[in-house]
Amino acid sequence: MNRKPILCYATTLTRMGQNLYNKVFDRHCVGQLPSGQYQLFIGLHLIHEVTSPQAFAMIREQELSVPFPERTFSTVDHIIPTTGEARQRPLMDVLAEEMFQHIEKNTEEFGIHFFSPEKGEQGVVHVVGPERGLTQPGMTIACGDSHTSTHGAFGTLAFGIGTSQVADVLATQTLAMAKLKVRRINFTGSLKPGVYAKDVALAYINRLGVNGGVGYAYEFGGDVIGNMTMEERMTVCNMAIEGGARCGYMNPDQVTFDYLKDRDYCPEGEAWGRAVADWKSIASDSDSNYDDIVEIKGEEIEPFVTWGITPAQSVGVSQDLPAVDSFAEPDQLVVQEAYEYMSFREGQPIVGTPVDVVFVGSCTNGRLSDLREAASFVKGKKVAEGVRALAVPGSQEVARQAIDEGLDKVFDEAGFQWREAGCSMCLAMNPDQLSGDEISASTSNRNFKGRQGSSTGRTLLMSPAMAAIAAVKGKVTDVREHLEN
Amino acid sequence: MAGEIISQVTGPGIPLRGNDIDTDRIIPARFLKCVTFEGIGEHAFEDDIKGLATKGQIHPFADERFANGAILVANKNFGCGSSREHAPQSLKRWGIQAIIAESYSEIFYGNCVSLAVPCFTTNHDTCAKLQDVIEAEPTTELALSVADATITCGDETIQLEIQSGAQCQFLDGSWDARAGLLENLDKVRGIASRLPYIANYA
Repeated sequence: MNRKPILCYATTLTRMGQNLYNKVFDRHCVGQLPSGQYQLFIGLHLIHEVTSPQAFAMIREQELSVPFPERTFSTVDHIIPTTGEARQRPLMDVLAEEMFQHIEKNTEEFGIHFFSPEKGEQGVVHVVGPERGLTQPGMTIACGDSHTSTHGAFGTLAFGIGTSQVADVLATQTLAMAKLKVRRINFTGSLKPGVYAKDVALAYINRLGVNGGVGYAYEFGGDVIGNMTMEERMTVCNMAIEGGARCGYMNPDQVTFDYLKDRDYCPEGEAWGRAVADWKSIASDSDSNYDDIVEIKGEEIEPFVTWGITPAQSVGVSQDLPAVDSFAEPDQLVVQEAYEYMSFREGQPIVGTPVDVVFVGSCTNGRLSDLREAASFVKGKKVAEGVRALAVPGSQEVARQAIDEGLDKVFDEAGFQWREAGCSMCLAMNPDQLSGDEISASTSNRNFKGRQGSSTGRTLLMSPAMAAIAAVKGKVTDVREHLEN
Repeated sequence: MAGEIISQVTGPGIPLRGNDIDTDRIIPARFLKCVTFEGIGEHAFEDDIKGLATKGQIHPFADERFANGAILVANKNFGCGSSREHAPQSLKRWGIQAIIAESYSEIFYGNCVSLAVPCFTTNHDTCAKLQDVIEAEPTTELALSVADATITCGDETIQLEIQSGAQCQFLDGSWDARAGLLENLDKVRGIASRLPYIANYA
């Protein structure tokens, strides 16, 4: 650090009372554009097969180059089948195969690293980035996928972007972005047994609504977050977008640094020490200003289950479904629509709702700790008759670790189908789909109409523990009654 | 390389009532299996259309009366969910040239700007009123002014809102941000070289 004193002084001054959002934004700001937006450098660009082919077509059409190919990484996750046989190339689904070939060809042509299944590096893009150590505190990250907010768990500004913007990043390594307001959400105290990171995510969305975050970055903090592992923190940030926030993040701390140490793309040796010092410096100052502050008591969070067609339509598992007239008048239409679609009635308990399918996986809950949690509830038990249950690791690396621990056998013996890595039934662009109006207990992030591959399929979002116990009981069950397992 | 200047949009309207209409409803995920956006407009709201048809009801996007709809009037949190540009692409390719709603998901909004589809906001009552007018007289020609952020419907002109940055981009043809971003590549390289994680935290 060879800085002139005057510069250090200036830096100290500008940093007083700054939050991480502003520090990281300023670091990456190239300048203001005539529209009033800012041009922001993107430190890590992740791409996958669904939202990138048209972007490469735009690059070619405009005869542009990719000036920073080493800052983009790619994988295949949305369309890839999760059974060994179906993963054989060419894929049976010709459209899926075409997309696969495009990402292979595009990344090769432009010199972009491809985390391929053949190399054993493939997985859901938001699982792969962190596990490789690509996601580092203080970065700006973009990906043509809304759940890019996941990476915010490391103290990054991570944005989901559209395909035209993917082309912008490929061609310039920058995005045009407006500055956001920052809402601090403090989770105080501690979580009760049987309450998990997924419940924390569903709790803030329930409290603030699916569009409560519009115009905001969410900064998550408080003792509940401080005591979480990185995998849990990723689950909380993953769903920031479901609350309408443009991004969500947490301040990096020792838990973050311990997670990153010795990962493939992380600095080593002396550079590691310098990196940690830098990462500490970008955390929000204790006297930071926020545009809004919300407090949620950890003790008050119950295991949550969604009952409707938006991630905010949820209840604590011990509660009954809300009355239509308990909602503000303009929201009653979507509540009625939800009841009609789900074939549920107001006032009925959520507990006991029969489930047909259980899906454990996705960028929300497809990491090793999620699989461990789910496995602990099915070990030595059997999936209820008539229930189809899938355990889908978030990446090939997660799969290897799970197999090393014997989790695949636990799932297999319980009657779960142990699958290979991918997005799978989260959005059902591969063969893993609901049929008819099946009800799924799902650890994924969206319960939108038709989300899991059937236009009448029904999704109940919940934690991996709740999904696992639902698989065993064949119905929505309060996991807190089964914690002695 | 400035794009087309978009100062106004005229045409019939199409009403779409309800809050929180998400990207997966606009274009179901199975239609995303494509490497171009061609033909994606034909599948806009396909599952919602089928769902209503089984109940003997008709979705606005399947209703002949609104087949020429160019100005979509929705409600709150329109386009929430995915960042996939497939959603606004399918609306645009279906024929939508501008949207009025109470609010939007931000990613969807940004995607619309880069596709030259101006998005206006207004309150619930105004959205409802416009939806009523369009339903009563589907052939009514609406005229949106980007510069004034107004909609004219018959002899009435209603004030709407539009984000000033986006407004400016439509009026000077810079809604496709790429050209502006490319102009600063030298400065971008300078910023990059100073970022700690690129300079090995030196």
